Amino acid sequence: MTPETQISEYQALRNSAFLRRGRILAGIMQAALFSCAALSVLITGAIIWVLVTESLPFFQQVPFWDFLTDTEWTPVFTEAHYGILPLLTATFWAAGIAMAVATPLGLILSVYLSEFAKPSVREALKPILEMLAAVPTVVFGYFALLFLTPLAKQFIPGLSGFNLLVPGFVMGMMILPYVVSISEDAMRAVPMSLREGAFAIGMSRVQMAFQVVIPGAFSGVTAAYLLGFSRAVGETMVVAIAAGQNPNLTGDPREGAATITAYIVQMSLGDLPHGSLAYSTIFAAGLVLFVITLFFNLTGFFLRRKFREAY
Amino acid sequence: MSDIAIRAGDDTRRLVQVKRRQDLIFGVVGILVLFVVMGLLMTLVADLLIDGLGRISPEFLTSFPSRRAAAAGVLSAWVGTTLVMLVTAAIAIPLGVGAGLYLEEYASKNLLSDIIEVNVSNLAGVPSIIYGLLALGFFVYALDMGQTILVGGLVLSLLILPIVIVATREAVRAIPSGLRESAYGIGANRWQVMWSYILPSARPGILTGAIVGLSRAIGETAPIITIGALTYIAFLPPAPVTSTPPWINFEWLNSPFTVMPIQMFNWTSRPQAEFHVNAAATGVLLLCMTLMMNGFAIYLRYRLRRTVRT
Repeated sequence: MTPETQISEYQALRNSAFLRRGRILAGIMQAALFSCAALSVLITGAIIWVLVTESLPFFQQVPFWDFLTDTEWTPVFTEAHYGILPLLTATFWAAGIAMAVATPLGLILSVYLSEFAKPSVREALKPILEMLAAVPTVVFGYFALLFLTPLAKQFIPGLSGFNLLVPGFVMGMMILPYVVSISEDAMRAVPMSLREGAFAIGMSRVQMAFQVVIPGAFSGVTAAYLLGFSRAVGETMVVAIAAGQNPNLTGDPREGAATITAYIVQMSLGDLPHGSLAYSTIFAAGLVLFVITLFFNLTGFFLRRKFREAY
Repeated sequence: MSDIAIRAGDDTRRLVQVKRRQDLIFGVVGILVLFVVMGLLMTLVADLLIDGLGRISPEFLTSFPSRRAAAAGVLSAWVGTTLVMLVTAAIAIPLGVGAGLYLEEYASKNLLSDIIEVNVSNLAGVPSIIYGLLALGFFVYALDMGQTILVGGLVLSLLILPIVIVATREAVRAIPSGLRESAYGIGANRWQVMWSYILPSARPGILTGAIVGLSRAIGETAPIITIGALTYIAFLPPAPVTSTPPWINFEWLNSPFTVMPIQMFNWTSRPQAEFHVNAAATGVLLLCMTLMMNGFAIYLRYRLRRTVRT
């Protein structure tokens, strides 16, 4: 067989209908898979577009400065005030309490799981955290309102039936599995040689964990807490059920106050005619929420990525 | 000389003891924290069971919501949840697997794939209620689809898309490159490699991610409330299967609906204690569903890890 006939045979094979069909299908599927991936960008685009266009009527009617500085939020009253501050402070109170619970517990748990527990123990314990993460938020809301709040009333004087303290605590427990799983991943990515060095100069395991591993995984651990905070800010059902629905600019977490998310839920439950000012208020509130969480999500993402590059 | 050596030895021993004690104390604290977390979970489950278990009966599952707490049930809620989950799974799994496969196997390292990556990670952190606002503004009003099962399924599938994408990517990344190379080596084109080798090997991992995602979708309340799903539904959507040809009927997609978590939210926020019992019973059912799904996912992953190791 001469090389020429080989080449022409090869070309005939290449052009055979069977292989051509395969190539066409592969090309179509590549385009289809790409559009699946590109769709995720479209979703973000659609979110921003909807939030901006639907809240536009609100910002045309309410001066932006009033929106930021007015201390009352009473959009459906006859004497309406549109200050986001009460919703914002309640949101940050609840999320701050959640962080105050989740930070120490999360740090202890992730250090314990990554540095102390044996692999077999760790594998047995992680499903428990996953189960905690799997509980629907509305169930946590029920638990906060009807079990923990009556219980906490006996110990904390002046606690109202709706308050920010108990939902904040419950949210802390809810974000705990998430925070632990990210910061434990970060801690385990710290190279073994650093640990061995720490032991060689006579550190105890605790010293090693807190003076070598945590500083080494600092950006990863910080990212975990930023992402956790973003989750707490956006968490809806627990605060909607247990923190009350009354916008209240307060410095006392024992009082109830509506968060941004609780306000959106409360308005959505009622009759909300499309195009009314009340309708656009929930998009304005949503826009604020989106900007806050976007900031924390992106910071968390880039910190995590920087950390991955470091090792 | 020897005196100094002995003293140094004593010091070292004391130091070692101190450090051992530190480690022991921290280990105990770690276990204590674990017990606190576990105790909270147990308390939650026990509280729900005590409040609601007695209320669960065949009548509870086959009655519509009612003004009288004792006669109310979750029939429309569980039917709604099932149908919405069907839509969610049918949309989120193919889209999520496709996107994950593209990002892991096709995308070259350039600005576009970077943008998609940042974007997916941000989507995973967008609060669920924002998805609800997206659905309200876009699906319900801009596209005029109304508050239907289809819209509910759509919004939940967008919500769990990042979970399915991340699970797919991890499953695909774990496949040894030898498999890919040998498939290309015998002359398969890219899609054939994906379809016949990569996807089947990644199936358990993808399945785990899909189950975890769906279990999250089952419990989601906020986006469904935002699109304006009703809480009082005293009828069932048209049956998906009919006795006359063409046997399959898609009218149920356009039916109004309610879901289990909304029913629970509605009963929880009423002042009467009798409705709280109903809420607890709904919570028990909901918890059973999500914990069972997650348990199954954990089991799958455990089995997967064992087969990979051998």
